[in-house]
Amino acid sequence: MNMMIKAYRRKLDVANGRVDLSHGAGGRAMGQLIEGIFHKAFDNDWLRAGNDQSAFSVPGGRMVMTTDGYVVSPLFFPGGNIGTLAVHGTINDIAMAGAVPLYLSASFIIEEGFPFADLERIAQSMGAGSREAGVPIITGDTKVVERGKADGVFISTAGVGMVPDGLDLRSDAARPGDAVIISGSIGDHGVAVMSKHENLEFDTDIASDSAALHGLVADMVAAGGAHIRLRRDPTRGGIAATLNEVASQSRVGFRIDEDKIPLKPEVAAACEFLGLDPFNVANEGKLVAVVAPEGANAVLATMRAHPLGSEAVLVGHVVADDNCFVQMTTSFGGGRIVDWLSGEQLPRIC
Amino acid sequence: MKYIDEYRDGRLAKDIARQIAALAAPGRSYHFMEFCGGHTHAISRYGLEDLLPANVRMIHGPGCPVCVLPIGRIDAAIALAMRPEITLCTYGDLMRVPGSNGSSLLKAKAAGADIRMVYSTLDALRIAEAELEREVVFFAIGFETTTPPTALALKAAIAKGLGNFSIFCNHVLTPAAIQNILESPDVRKLGTIKIDGFVGPAHVSTVIGTEPYEFFAGEFQKPVVVAGFEPLDVIQAILMLVCQVNDGRHEVENQYIRAVTALGNEKAQAEVANFFELRESFEWRGLGEVPYGALRLRPQYVAYDAEKRFSMVTPAAKDNPACECGAILRGVKRPADCKLFGTVCTPDTPMGSCMVSSEGACAAHWTYGRFREKARQVDVGRAVA
Repeated sequence: MNMMIKAYRRKLDVANGRVDLSHGAGGRAMGQLIEGIFHKAFDNDWLRAGNDQSAFSVPGGRMVMTTDGYVVSPLFFPGGNIGTLAVHGTINDIAMAGAVPLYLSASFIIEEGFPFADLERIAQSMGAGSREAGVPIITGDTKVVERGKADGVFISTAGVGMVPDGLDLRSDAARPGDAVIISGSIGDHGVAVMSKHENLEFDTDIASDSAALHGLVADMVAAGGAHIRLRRDPTRGGIAATLNEVASQSRVGFRIDEDKIPLKPEVAAACEFLGLDPFNVANEGKLVAVVAPEGANAVLATMRAHPLGSEAVLVGHVVADDNCFVQMTTSFGGGRIVDWLSGEQLPRIC
Repeated sequence: MKYIDEYRDGRLAKDIARQIAALAAPGRSYHFMEFCGGHTHAISRYGLEDLLPANVRMIHGPGCPVCVLPIGRIDAAIALAMRPEITLCTYGDLMRVPGSNGSSLLKAKAAGADIRMVYSTLDALRIAEAELEREVVFFAIGFETTTPPTALALKAAIAKGLGNFSIFCNHVLTPAAIQNILESPDVRKLGTIKIDGFVGPAHVSTVIGTEPYEFFAGEFQKPVVVAGFEPLDVIQAILMLVCQVNDGRHEVENQYIRAVTALGNEKAQAEVANFFELRESFEWRGLGEVPYGALRLRPQYVAYDAEKRFSMVTPAAKDNPACECGAILRGVKRPADCKLFGTVCTPDTPMGSCMVSSEGACAAHWTYGRFREKARQVDVGRAVA
């Protein structure tokens, strides 16, 4: 008589269980974690195939590839969590090149003792975010480190996308006279994260602006592709870092108008009492575009027609400047530089 | 932002600027020192300089607590923090202040010292309560504004019987420093500049009131206008100073009436007096030894005085010889006059203390105002031609 004894597997106790070292050891426990949490959340044919890699076909042309690490603290904040940030951030890095994002990878470094429930929440929002964006997570990795060697969970991602034919966005393309357009209010993400940071907690309705911008970018490319010199997502270091980066790469200066910068009163107030300059505070769902003057109006109108660009505004212009200064006329009437953030001890915001 | 935007109104500013331009006599110059870093920051952040006529010049004073802390005190704090039993709690500003030989608290932290950044004295107290096996030292700095919170922390520590909490006291006093700028032989020897009046401290004055400035306004015949930290406060104070100079008056006037009274916050003053006493002398970076310009804990609280408790020594330490922080703090030189400014000394890699805090004259000028340097050079060129 033939007798098959099926190996007994206790169900993953997602509600009460915690990640332990066995979940990173390469054994059955790890398989169970990956299937029970990640595959369930990201569900697609590639993952179901269960390979260490995923194959996909691409049409001919130019590709972009990006990689990003996420260490935000706290892991959950108003408007998102480390998972949504990882998906949106990676998609945005691809989209800023004007490329169409295709696939993502996600690698998790998890601290021993991390609750399954939190991990599932993070994975579920990543799954939802990637489905909504139409950019599947097709491969991944899981590691578990001893307690104290990480801070809950760190996520590292990669993403690939295709650049439409004829599009060539360079970081040194800004020219004097070009218009500078911001897609919406600045500083929301950084302030939302800080409002939940330990030692700093304060009550606010501000939510992170975390969002995937490839839809907005696609509309912009369709409307004014040839006129758009470059695009950036002003994440860490805020608008200030982005403009300074572009200024030094293109060897130009900027002149912007403080009165035109969209800034929510709650964000302005939080920055005020935290002693922060909103120009240095991070965004996760905004973009800055430098557009040739003749295309500025069309691009602006297209952005405003998209829900993620409805508050888009032209905030200033590129000027010739050997010093590459980002200068601003303040609402008060004087001039100032909008400089890089210098070494302030801010909480981890992405 | 209600009650903030009103004080940043560009139209009102232009109106006051027009009055200043009309009243400032073309034949003379007006040199006003804003004592506080908070004013320096507001002037730079809002580009207030652009609204003033050329003959009204603001001189950035030494009122930035981080900037006037001598290197020796930083060295002493680093030495203390390196001891294994010590947890040093400090405000974030101090982390990057350069000590001797390129050291800083930030580097000491990376080297293993237990240094924690706190946002208030109460955070430090909480750490002491939670970690009774650690010796928790609060690195107390600042002018009269930050002294009452230190006094309250001490009071709470005593009430709770916290034996593992102590204070490294570096609190300094504003009126003594202003007086020192005007009369000290040291400062005279180091060089000083003609000052026609002072924009008096904002937050400090909420605690001490306007009365402490009466003495030197009369004695040295210099007008003082106590002003808030919003840009409209500052520009209005400048207008008031121009009027005083034109009238030959030297009074203490209060622009910041929404927060400052003549006598100040007497309750806070009493708390400070309970726990602190004057030091006969204390070194200020840039000013040298200032008599009665700083506070220490009263002898009965010796157990809470980190300097005594851990037999701390303050080594004699010199600034980089090329660093002009001293002359800049006295108003003799402008930040851009320093060879190090913007070359090896920037907010990312500060050599001198004025480049560390956002309230420091050099950091404020670098961060917000350095685009004016080119224009100034052109002006000088034109004048020479």
